[in-house]
Amino acid sequence: MHLADQLDTYLTLSGALFAIGTFGFLARRNAISMLMSIELMLNAVNLSIVAFGAFIPTLKGDGAVIALIVIAVAAAEATVGLAIVIAIFRNRKTPLVDEYDAMRR
Amino acid sequence: MRAWLYLIAAAIAGAIITTPALIVLILMGGSFNDALVAGLATLMLASGIAVVSMRDIIRCGLAMIVCFLALAGIYVTLGAPMVAAAQVLVYIGAISVLILFAIMLTADKSGAGRLTFQTQAAPAAIAAIIVFVLVGVGAYSTDWTVAASPVRIATTALAQLLFDNYVLALEAVSVLLLAAVVGGVFLAKREGGE
Repeated sequence: MHLADQLDTYLTLSGALFAIGTFGFLARRNAISMLMSIELMLNAVNLSIVAFGAFIPTLKGDGAVIALIVIAVAAAEATVGLAIVIAIFRNRKTPLVDEYDAMRR
Repeated sequence: MRAWLYLIAAAIAGAIITTPALIVLILMGGSFNDALVAGLATLMLASGIAVVSMRDIIRCGLAMIVCFLALAGIYVTLGAPMVAAAQVLVYIGAISVLILFAIMLTADKSGAGRLTFQTQAAPAAIAAIIVFVLVGVGAYSTDWTVAASPVRIATTALAQLLFDNYVLALEAVSVLLLAAVVGGVFLAKREGGE
């Protein structure tokens, strides 16, 4: 029983978190809930990157650096995404994505 | 009266979250590290499910903070304390606060009682389970040539890599962040120039 010393543990955990994020993104009605689900998915991918960096000897250090860069890009993504949600909310007065139907009518 | 209810609920939640860690530690003969990973993983997955399933969106945002904190703990057990520190600073300190502000700015007047999920929630759940099964099968069926335990990365080596091999990416990210901040301000500012 070496739960903490196996790459599979962390990859499965990452897959579970990614699946939770997928469900949230597809199922929630609130735009900000969808953005939070995207953050969960980004974190899941980051976990698998860090796990690969920690377990594969030829990647020594690279995994952590890539994870840091992904965190910075995720911060940029969150900024622009939330700004877009707030701009849409100002026009439509609702955060629910199924009421954004301007291009369907 | 309600305070007691909250206290009991918190105790039950704490018991549920520490149970897998205790099972790993006592019944399955794992080390303290295994128990730590099991406990943090349970906390992360439980709060992740809370993020996507709770009705009150403010509570979703707070559960997301717990989820990120547990993930930072897992980064520490993986031997990447620098990434854990960045996770706490950027995700908990910046992105979560940003999201909480956005939640409060876009508060729905009608509040609770409205449908939380789209009509395609059931297919979405099936799709999520398929994603999880695919990732799990892929992870377990591949024979990774790996080290016996996670290798700790020294912060000096990390800095060397970041400012030497990856310096182009670092500069590109700094430009991207500047562009994102300018774009965010432009998108969120009111029209008509007050």
